[in-house]
Amino acid sequence: MDLYVPIIVLGVLAFAFAAGSVAMAAVTGPKRWNRAKLEAYECGIEPTPQPVGGGRFPIKYYLTAMLFIVFDIEIIFLYPWAVAFDRLGIFGLVEMVLFILTVLVAYAYIWRRGGLEWD
Amino acid sequence: MTSHVSAALAPGGDIPAPHIEYGQIMPILLVLGVAVAGVLVEAFVGRTWRYTVQVPLAFLGLAGGFAWTIVLGLRDETHAVAAEGALGVDGPTLFLQGTILILALVSLLLIADRGTGSFAAQAAALPGSEAEQRTTAAGIIQTEVFPLLMFAVGGMLIFPASNDLLTMFVGLEVMSLPLYLLCGLARRRRLLSQEAAVKYFLLGSFSSAFFLYGIALLYGYAGSVKLGDIAAEAGRDAGSETLLLGGIALLALGLLFKLGAVPFHMWKPDVYQGAPTPITALMASCTLVSAFGAMLRVFFVAFENLTWEWRPAMWGVSIITMIAGAVIAITQTDIKRMLAYSSIAHAGFLLTGVIATSREGLSSTLFYLAAYGFTTVGAFAVVTTVRDAGGEAGHLSRWAGLGKRSPLIAGVFAFFLLAFAGIPLTSGFTGKFAVFKAAVEADATPLVVVGVISSAIAAFFYVRVIVVMFFSEPEADGPTVVVSPATAAAVVLGLAATVVLGVLPQPVLDLAGHAATQMFVR
Repeated sequence: MDLYVPIIVLGVLAFAFAAGSVAMAAVTGPKRWNRAKLEAYECGIEPTPQPVGGGRFPIKYYLTAMLFIVFDIEIIFLYPWAVAFDRLGIFGLVEMVLFILTVLVAYAYIWRRGGLEWD
Repeated sequence: MTSHVSAALAPGGDIPAPHIEYGQIMPILLVLGVAVAGVLVEAFVGRTWRYTVQVPLAFLGLAGGFAWTIVLGLRDETHAVAAEGALGVDGPTLFLQGTILILALVSLLLIADRGTGSFAAQAAALPGSEAEQRTTAAGIIQTEVFPLLMFAVGGMLIFPASNDLLTMFVGLEVMSLPLYLLCGLARRRRLLSQEAAVKYFLLGSFSSAFFLYGIALLYGYAGSVKLGDIAAEAGRDAGSETLLLGGIALLALGLLFKLGAVPFHMWKPDVYQGAPTPITALMASCTLVSAFGAMLRVFFVAFENLTWEWRPAMWGVSIITMIAGAVIAITQTDIKRMLAYSSIAHAGFLLTGVIATSREGLSSTLFYLAAYGFTTVGAFAVVTTVRDAGGEAGHLSRWAGLGKRSPLIAGVFAFFLLAFAGIPLTSGFTGKFAVFKAAVEADATPLVVVGVISSAIAAFFYVRVIVVMFFSEPEADGPTVVVSPATAAAVVLGLAATVVLGVLPQPVLDLAGHAATQMFVR
């Protein structure tokens, strides 16, 4: 049971902070209504109005997001490998090169087939 | 093991490199390597040459993998775990991998056939749009089909070989994701095809999630994802039974979904109907073999001491699968849907071999999988040849009088249907006989009685198709039969295997028996 005490304490703290912040904001925050409060983002650029009937959005966003995730995951694996580089030895190096090459193949495919051209 | 790991993770020490038996897992590496090469071909080879390069590449990859599997089988010393216990290389695995590779080769004949043109010119073009008409008129083919096929086959090879549950999950996903895509690539009736792909994707993701949850529960129970460790922990009869039983149930659910056992079969008719027919042939043969291979390994290795726990549930699943598959098939009016329900019923027959949990059960299931795979690829190959203006003539009424229009192709299809029904002198009879014999020896006689009854029900709708083909007048504007060489080769191979495994089954039965002698490695 002792093992779980830190987890429980952390959970209680996290809950208390979240609930406390919301309660505090409700009590102390000023309430001045304006139209912008109803929009998705109160600051930054205006959200693009959706066409009638839901509409479509360009598949390019999806492609960019996917590319980002692929390289993000690559970095996630690169970090621990870099930290333990000399201990992993030559096997780790070869494996990592193979891994990066595989990702590069996907990148080459997208690049050659025009997936990176925005227009 | 634990001390070994913690020593390796202590700061300063060298981390030992894992030992990979490249020779033993070469079929998998070869197929996946060809898949990656296929992506490079897509990237750097001009559009006009892609098809010419991709097809031989895929053929070489599959044939090379098959040859390597044969060599491994002939050396007969491969009863070991490879890649630090992640993959098992043993008799049943090699038999299953060889079956998958040879069936994938036959399916590739159908997939590569430009005469039938089953695949969309450009999958991204909206159905009915100008872009679609332009690309179709230009005679383009979406050649990504070939690397996707190779990735799917690579996953199918990993799935039954994986010796721990995480590798098995990776295999499952590598197999499934390309298949979801391939299902949506039909050239005709594209909306139906895309609908099938979305349904398969959504339901498949659900089943993968269940599978993963099952892995988590079993890890909670045994403290390991290795099949052998789970068996050892279950043998000690300690720990939380809730975790164990929940884990078995969820894992079985994920596996039963992939083989399309009732009540997890709802995707099968829709997907088999909507997918391009060559892909349906691939799914009905290779995916079924792969999924049954994984099922056999999990239930024969990890849950071998727990037969009393899982048998009653599997009895129920097997019985309703056999009966529901046979009964619902009667009402079908589409050839591909009918074959899908037939495939569901066959999954039920095969489950009786899994339930037997004996050496005979294993070897007979292996034989049945190989025999059924060839017959089903041949049957779907025939379906691609019967065509009218809108592509394949799927509706049963369009097949009326086919026996008068094209006696040869109708005769071949009738033979395949008789093999599905299990008539003697076809491979279907030998397979069913072997599986049911193993089930009787394992005291599952009631299952066999249900199996025989549902075989009789199934025979009714197989014979009905034969009657429609031979004893009704052809329509004036009936479909024509177009047989191109590659499809003809696939039909002949399916037919030859169905005849040989029905008339002279002993060599392959011996091979399956030999593969099963040492059971699964752990």
